[in-house]
Amino acid sequence: MNLLSLLGANLLRKPTRTSLTFVSLAIAFLLFMLLQAISDAFSGGVSLAGMDRIVIDSRYSMTDNLPLSHVQQIRSLDDVEQVTHMNWFGGYYREPRNSFATYPVDPVSYFDIFDEQIISGETLSRFRNIRISAVASEALAAHYSWQPGDTIPIMQDIFPQENGSWSWQFELAGTFHYSGGQLLLINYEYFNEAVAGWGKDQVGWLVGRVADPPEVDAAIRKIDGLFENSSDPTRSTTEDEYRRRFASQLGDVGEISSMILMAVFFTIILLTGNTAAQAFAERVPELAVMKTLGFSDRAVAALVLAEAIALCVSGGIFGTGIALLLEPGLNANLGGMIGSFEMSGRSAAYALVLATLLGLVVGAYPAVSAMRLTIVDALRER
Amino acid sequence: MSELIRCTNVCKDYVRGAESIRVLRNVDLSVAVGTIVALMGPSGSGKTTLLNLIGGLDAPTSGEIEVDGLRLDSVSARHLARWRVRSVGFVFQFYNLLPVLTAQGNVELPLLLTDLSRSERKRNAALALDIVGLGDRGRHKPGELSGGQQQRVAIARALVSDPRLLVCDEPTGDLDRQTADEILELLQTLHRDLGKTIVMVTHDPKAADHAMVTLHMDKGKLASQDDQAASALPSARTVA
Repeated sequence: MNLLSLLGANLLRKPTRTSLTFVSLAIAFLLFMLLQAISDAFSGGVSLAGMDRIVIDSRYSMTDNLPLSHVQQIRSLDDVEQVTHMNWFGGYYREPRNSFATYPVDPVSYFDIFDEQIISGETLSRFRNIRISAVASEALAAHYSWQPGDTIPIMQDIFPQENGSWSWQFELAGTFHYSGGQLLLINYEYFNEAVAGWGKDQVGWLVGRVADPPEVDAAIRKIDGLFENSSDPTRSTTEDEYRRRFASQLGDVGEISSMILMAVFFTIILLTGNTAAQAFAERVPELAVMKTLGFSDRAVAALVLAEAIALCVSGGIFGTGIALLLEPGLNANLGGMIGSFEMSGRSAAYALVLATLLGLVVGAYPAVSAMRLTIVDALRER
Repeated sequence: MSELIRCTNVCKDYVRGAESIRVLRNVDLSVAVGTIVALMGPSGSGKTTLLNLIGGLDAPTSGEIEVDGLRLDSVSARHLARWRVRSVGFVFQFYNLLPVLTAQGNVELPLLLTDLSRSERKRNAALALDIVGLGDRGRHKPGELSGGQQQRVAIARALVSDPRLLVCDEPTGDLDRQTADEILELLQTLHRDLGKTIVMVTHDPKAADHAMVTLHMDKGKLASQDDQAASALPSARTVA
């Protein structure tokens, strides 16, 4: 026997109680990792996106379209090196639950602007030349086991075709590397040709690359000035700012996550603290016996504190581990919706620190009480 | 015979709210090495308090207590804790074993505070269990043992660090007559074969019969002494 086995034996004194507390802790830390990943997904683009990219959308609303002709007008400005355009396509594959981000894009300018998304020359060429083609991110193609040449049916709920059909079909030209999870790009030329009248020559938003990044503010002023008095005025921002604004449409995700986590951990502190205090009260005579045998006040307090920390840390590690195991599946399913759904090593480290702090907090009262325990009084209560 | 325990003018007060209660009054006592002493007396007479002071579990309000050459009344609580590991073994009425540990684990517990290696701790604990006749019960938890067996495990735990002094608080108080006699026999054997000095609080006259000296306490004072050697009570009661 050693001190570790003594600690383990004490933790397993009431297996049901310990298990329930352990599961509560694991769930709390699983939630912590999930919410951290969601929060990171909404703020992640801010730090990762290229600093030279600007997003141009309608001044009236993010959901309003802009005319396709804006693209050429912006391209004519010296301050802008390249411009591409995108639409929110929506829809789903076979069943409504199989939804992912889908954008009609101009193949060449899109991959020129988003150069961190890697596509082979051959695939890009097919994407460009086959009108009904689409390219899928590697994660999306892997998820549905799509192969180049496959026909991908997408059921629409926003854009009907001119012939009245809500079902669109695309031929998969190939895949491209995209770290954000699931994404499908379709050829805008085909989309624009086939879509019902009201959707023609419309784009959802534009993304441009400025020629001189330090002068991005001047470029933004020039672009917005170009359409100032038109029927479709624009609002241009850096990509960082655009993502921030987009996230704020849903509320402050970071703050919401923090509030949920605070509520969860406050409850966990009460729950685990109560368990620790109860366990201590049951063991007062035993702790007095240990002191009688020669364990010092500090040694007994350290043992009680170590038990609380061990329980919290093991629950934390288990919950964090489960979250990391779930990450690939969640990334494949949610990544396309909210950006890159990734659990960082930093979040796992936070979880470990948080678990240790939690153990210190819930173990503090029993540990101090154990330290102050007087042998004679405690044995008399026996 | 040399002296193991010496109490000089020991007083102990307990404070309960605003009230201070004197539990021990000017106790003088001397116990020689290798003696079995029984402390008897009515409830509340101060027997257990005196035992706790001798075992270094509590500090006197005034007076001096010296055990095995150490002035217990003048050392820190931490020092006292370290001293208890090697110098004194405790046996309680209700055994006070840790229910989550096996018999072997309970006996090994005090050895965690020594420099012994894991294998040495294991060997010494097994030896102590052998001495009390439970060599084959090391893997059993207290709940799987009878009261007498649990008390034997407690005695093994008291013995395992080879202290010179065993203090026993009603060691047979929770046992039937036959089992109590077996425990008393075991204590006799430890005294006879291993030379242990034993101070035992008891209400059991048969337990007192096993003692070499019986001290009677009343209202916090040593009231009388029965022993085979002393016909008169000296001012400082010297036993054996």
